[in-house]
Amino acid sequence: MSARIFVPGDSAAISVGANKVADAIRMEAARRGVAVEIVRNGSRGMLWLEPLVEVETPAGRVAYGPVTPGDVASLFDARFIEGGAHALALGKTEDLDWMKRQQRLTFARCGVIDPVSIADYRAHGGFAGLEKAARMMPAEIVAEVTASGLRGRGGAGFPTGIKWKTVLGAEADQKYIVCNADEGDSGTFADRMLMEGDPFTLIEGMAIAGLAVGATKGFVYIRSEYPHAFRVMEKAIAEARRAGSLGADVAGSGKAFDMEARLGAGAYICGEETSLLDSLEGKRGQVRAKPPLPALKGLFGKPTVINNVLSFAATPWILAHGANAYADYGLGRSKGTQPFQLAGNIRRGGLVELAFGVTIRALVEDFGGGSRTGRPVRAVQVGGPLGAYFPDHLLDTPLGYEEMLAVKGMLGHGGVVVFDDTVDLARQARFAMQFCAIESCGKCTPCRIGSTRGVETIDKIIAGTERAKNRAVLDDLCQVMTDGSLCALGGLTPIPVVSALTHFPEDFEKPGGLRLAAE
Amino acid sequence: MTETGHSAGGSAGLFDEVRAREIIGGLAGLQGATLPILHALQEEFGYVDQRAVPLIAEALNLSRAEIHGCVSFYHDFRSAPAGRHVLKICRAEACQAMGVEKLVERIELTHRLGVGGVSPDGGLSIESVYCLGNCALSPAALLDGEPVGRLDAKAIDDIITQHTGARA
Repeated sequence: MSARIFVPGDSAAISVGANKVADAIRMEAARRGVAVEIVRNGSRGMLWLEPLVEVETPAGRVAYGPVTPGDVASLFDARFIEGGAHALALGKTEDLDWMKRQQRLTFARCGVIDPVSIADYRAHGGFAGLEKAARMMPAEIVAEVTASGLRGRGGAGFPTGIKWKTVLGAEADQKYIVCNADEGDSGTFADRMLMEGDPFTLIEGMAIAGLAVGATKGFVYIRSEYPHAFRVMEKAIAEARRAGSLGADVAGSGKAFDMEARLGAGAYICGEETSLLDSLEGKRGQVRAKPPLPALKGLFGKPTVINNVLSFAATPWILAHGANAYADYGLGRSKGTQPFQLAGNIRRGGLVELAFGVTIRALVEDFGGGSRTGRPVRAVQVGGPLGAYFPDHLLDTPLGYEEMLAVKGMLGHGGVVVFDDTVDLARQARFAMQFCAIESCGKCTPCRIGSTRGVETIDKIIAGTERAKNRAVLDDLCQVMTDGSLCALGGLTPIPVVSALTHFPEDFEKPGGLRLAAE
Repeated sequence: MTETGHSAGGSAGLFDEVRAREIIGGLAGLQGATLPILHALQEEFGYVDQRAVPLIAEALNLSRAEIHGCVSFYHDFRSAPAGRHVLKICRAEACQAMGVEKLVERIELTHRLGVGGVSPDGGLSIESVYCLGNCALSPAALLDGEPVGRLDAKAIDDIITQHTGARA
């Protein structure tokens, strides 16, 4: 029997050499006449250990990492195939502190299975939720999701079950399920990891939604910055169709549901749901005014469930284990778990799925081990480019929807980006405005014009030009953008700006004349 | 699953109307076919030629203005051929936290290449992107669609030396 060796095919792992390691293992095994089966699994989420190679032993999976091609010969010498001792040996993967302390529901299979093997997916509990849903009435599925307390994982936190109920109740000849896999908030990579490491979970979640609301067609709109995830999703959809999990008779329900993957084209705004719908329809991705809600008039004017990757991916677990089991996790009105993502200047970056309620500090310090540069952590941005920059004294805030709002931030997609003490928050505030100016769809004035004026005004403040006056202009501008923008891009861009002004005022008061690097 | 990426630029940007019509015809039946068609054209030719706009409009029964609007709206679609190799550098927050702007400065000041342009010999396009989802191994980039993590000055120098200058 050949030894099973796992070398992640996740693009983060590839970015630090996983393909070369896989090739080296294959060649070394051939040279030594050792039979091996190399599985390109997803990432376990311990990204600082990538490429993390695992081997299957009778005692469980044993991990080695980070492995370079140069380590491969010595790994074979150390009989790593049997879990032998080596300087890179980390012990059994499941026993690693980082893994043991998590509550992995959505990401239970990610990094464990072969991402595009239906058999592997089933062997690890896959499709249990869909098969259950196939035997339920649509209203029962919706009730189960509602009872779980699941809220949109994209940041707004709207109850998923309520959204589904609206679509279920709408009368139409055609309804759609759309997955927003273009929420490319910087600092977040859970969507990408899931699509690359366990794509069937997303497919299963979308199929459950289809059965729940009576939709027969789904689209997953994936950002073009994730080319690898797009290819894996396409392959997984074809596999699911072959296995009968998609198609004319989904999981024996007698109901049809099929889906396609579509590629975005580098417009951040298409992570906003109505822009995404316009883009899917083949138009410029411009924001639509609401109402009408997409739940009633969505894709091609038809009732549409549009949720993000992590919302859909949570539903198979909810259906399989029951709403109450899911709702037992969490804090207050934030039920269940959130895959948090530790990024930026951090020693141990990666994915941590935990019940809501963990503090920012626990993630940054206990899991993350502080900054990668070893310098003091000065600011932590939570929730992507539209999230707040928090100073040290707010790091004990628990992560939940309401808890983040209470400190004038937002949970967003659960991204946690760490900066050391070399960060200049005036510059970060300027970037927030600049990013909004680059990515604005142009439909509403506060966002389109406000962001450009915002960059100019912050430049004046940095340069020391009439600081008090320009501070007043900036405050006013932030208020107008918050109140007057059509969507979250213009509406939330002031969050990082205001948090920088509030918590790091000294960065706006440095001696003037120090111009920013040209941009 | 290690196929190479698609974002390397086309060889010489030779637009071929017959081939363009074939591609458009093959995809026109999709719901909301505009983006899939534009992606396919860019994959084939390395950019979206102006001459393709009326062909798409005709096939989808849309106005040329609508198609042109799409091409210009999305950052991905190029109106001119890219370099033979394409480096997409992430400049979002997590990469900023690990010094990507210093690398951009190096590209512009030391190597005298413009981010957002093509090297004079046509060897390398360098583009800014905002998040590749590799934020724990930042600064991150895509070189011809293949991910590169923990980018540093040496990696930048190597990429530029390898893909520009005397080496054709």
